Amino acid sequence: MQTKRMTFSSRWLPYALLAPQVLITLVFFIWPASQALWQSMLRQDPFGLRTTFVWFRNFERLFDNPLYLASMKTTAIFSVATTLLAMSLSLLFAVMVNRMLRSREWYTTFLVWPYAVAPAIAGVLWWFMFNTSVGIVPYMLQGFGYDWNHRLDGTDAMILVVLAAAWKQISYNFLFFLAGLQSIPQSLIEAAAIDGASRTKRFWTIVFPLLSPTTFFLMVVNVVYAMFDTFGVIHATTEGGPAQATNILVYNVFRDGFVNGNLGASAAQSVVLMGIVVVLTVVQFRWIERRVNY
Amino acid sequence: MFRQSLMAATALALVAPAAAMAQTEIQWWHAMSGRLGELVGETAATFNASQSDYVIVPSYRGTYSEAMNAAIAAFRAGEQPHILQVFEVGTGTMMAAEGAIVPIYELMAAHDVHFDPQEYISTVVGYYTDPDGNMLSFPFNSSTPILYYNKDVFQAAGLDPEVAPTTWAEVEQFSQQIIDSGAAPCGFTTRWPSWVQMENFLALHNLPLGTEQNGFAGFDAELVLNQQAPLVRHWENLARWQANGVFKWAGGNDGPDAGPTFYSGECAMMMESSAGRAGVMANANFQVGYAMLPYYDDVEGAPQNSIIGGATLWTLSGHDEGDYEGVARFFEFLSTPEQQAWWHQSTGYLPITQAAYELSQEQGYYDANPGADVSIRQMNLNPPTENSRGLRFGNYLQIRDVVSEEMEAMLMGTITAQQAADNVVRRGNELLREFESSLQ
Repeated sequence: MQTKRMTFSSRWLPYALLAPQVLITLVFFIWPASQALWQSMLRQDPFGLRTTFVWFRNFERLFDNPLYLASMKTTAIFSVATTLLAMSLSLLFAVMVNRMLRSREWYTTFLVWPYAVAPAIAGVLWWFMFNTSVGIVPYMLQGFGYDWNHRLDGTDAMILVVLAAAWKQISYNFLFFLAGLQSIPQSLIEAAAIDGASRTKRFWTIVFPLLSPTTFFLMVVNVVYAMFDTFGVIHATTEGGPAQATNILVYNVFRDGFVNGNLGASAAQSVVLMGIVVVLTVVQFRWIERRVNY
Repeated sequence: MFRQSLMAATALALVAPAAAMAQTEIQWWHAMSGRLGELVGETAATFNASQSDYVIVPSYRGTYSEAMNAAIAAFRAGEQPHILQVFEVGTGTMMAAEGAIVPIYELMAAHDVHFDPQEYISTVVGYYTDPDGNMLSFPFNSSTPILYYNKDVFQAAGLDPEVAPTTWAEVEQFSQQIIDSGAAPCGFTTRWPSWVQMENFLALHNLPLGTEQNGFAGFDAELVLNQQAPLVRHWENLARWQANGVFKWAGGNDGPDAGPTFYSGECAMMMESSAGRAGVMANANFQVGYAMLPYYDDVEGAPQNSIIGGATLWTLSGHDEGDYEGVARFFEFLSTPEQQAWWHQSTGYLPITQAAYELSQEQGYYDANPGADVSIRQMNLNPPTENSRGLRFGNYLQIRDVVSEEMEAMLMGTITAQQAADNVVRRGNELLREFESSLQ
């Protein structure tokens, strides 16, 4: 990309223009983040009546806990599965809707709808559909001879939370994929068609590479979503169970901090999460972005 | 003339603050939703209409843990309510918050309001008193788990619908007969696994859950439940019964799937709080029977008595001295027999005073509603012992999560019942030590 150089006549104008953004970053990111760092080194009773500075004791405790390490693995499986499912399904939908002419708007509207459903409500809907006693899905699976029980089967529980979390994200991905598809020049695809390339071949050699900026952007957004924004869904469906099979890192932060009132441990975990995001973002931008054609 | 108007002005000036006093608002944060929330509103309205000095303003703040955390956050910001409803497992945390709370015995004494702990039911009061016998919070809504069973299914299975199982051996035998006859695919399910299948199980069998009188004598208590052979045997049975269909696990913590499992006729029996009575009556389209929790008859001393759950009202510090008079008056109102009997009869919570229980008897409530007194009779089976008074541990909310998780691992077959109990003790003790050290 080209870089533009601007020159300003006065010295303070560029700072003044930057100020709102800097202020927002300071207030909404740097300040809370530093608070979390500070909190993570404290031990407090819930009311904040007694505070002890304990250095890295909270972190030591965290990494001594085999369940926390298991939760990291759970998070990795959950995030990868959710991202893959949400992105591949929405790409499929976008490609199919893109081919339609008259009904395109209708399908787009319907596919975007789930995005307007509050996570807690979506969670309850999934809880209801998969309820082992009154749910419709276990009832149908029974017909195929599968005994669904996410209350006592870790794999079933994981499938349930991945489905619920991915479903929520499909609308968002779909919109971006659809927009991305519509911006691909029709002439390129037509030229390939004249050369005798099959539909599949055209998709994988022309459309998919040209879509890569959208795909890359969505990947970043989806991973962040899966890692940070899914505790509502988990809270409403499995509550991290059975036996912590769906207890992802961010749900553990939520539970320790907002349910159990253990702020030190919760803050330490969010600092670890913050570290993971920083690493992930660097990895994504350094290694994956190179393969993106803008 | 001048004199008169001066007098009038003075009189006005004297009256004005009194009029302002009438507006003294007492904030009450609670966690009662749905029908229970409406009844809380009625309670406040009745009190407000009964006098003119104070206005109780109830406000719903989500689930028990949400309300408690909201109030704690508010306390840190200096915006706490006067009265906060806290569930029983939050008692340890609240007790430890000296300086943030006003113990009820001090509150009532400071405002000369009649208050005699002897009038309350001992198992209820015992749960909320400090080691010196002083009551710290006001027991607002207390319940205890009982057994609900589907009489129609019992009938279809060839069992006598008026006879509920009293021992666990009978539970197994009845369930087997129900399954074999095809009347229902499952015998029983449970809500609140930790509360029902561990805490109340141990109390009913007069066995300790932890040292230091189950934590009442000090926060240095340790869990010893893994040394209680009957509990380990019971958990082994649960795992076996889960495998052969006699028992169905309905999720950890509050056991969210238990209700639907029972209402749909899938499981013939459900162990659930006595306060679930209204919900059961609203949802079950079959004849419901009520009975006490089962026990193992080869354990000496069983059945002892069950312990309570539910919540109490805590008074938070930091308001004007005058406001607390209103709080004390409100608590006095709440413990009047009429108010108590009304609350007990409309909600299914226990009457917390002996007088309210007797009043309900006089009013013929138990004759008209058979089974409504099962809970209170079960609470009063025997005078409570150190093992059946209740429990008081810090971080107990987390410990309940641990119990659910380890029971799940056991039911999944990855660990044995003894290992599950050992894990609960190991992880629970870590949480207890963590709580203890946060107090220093």
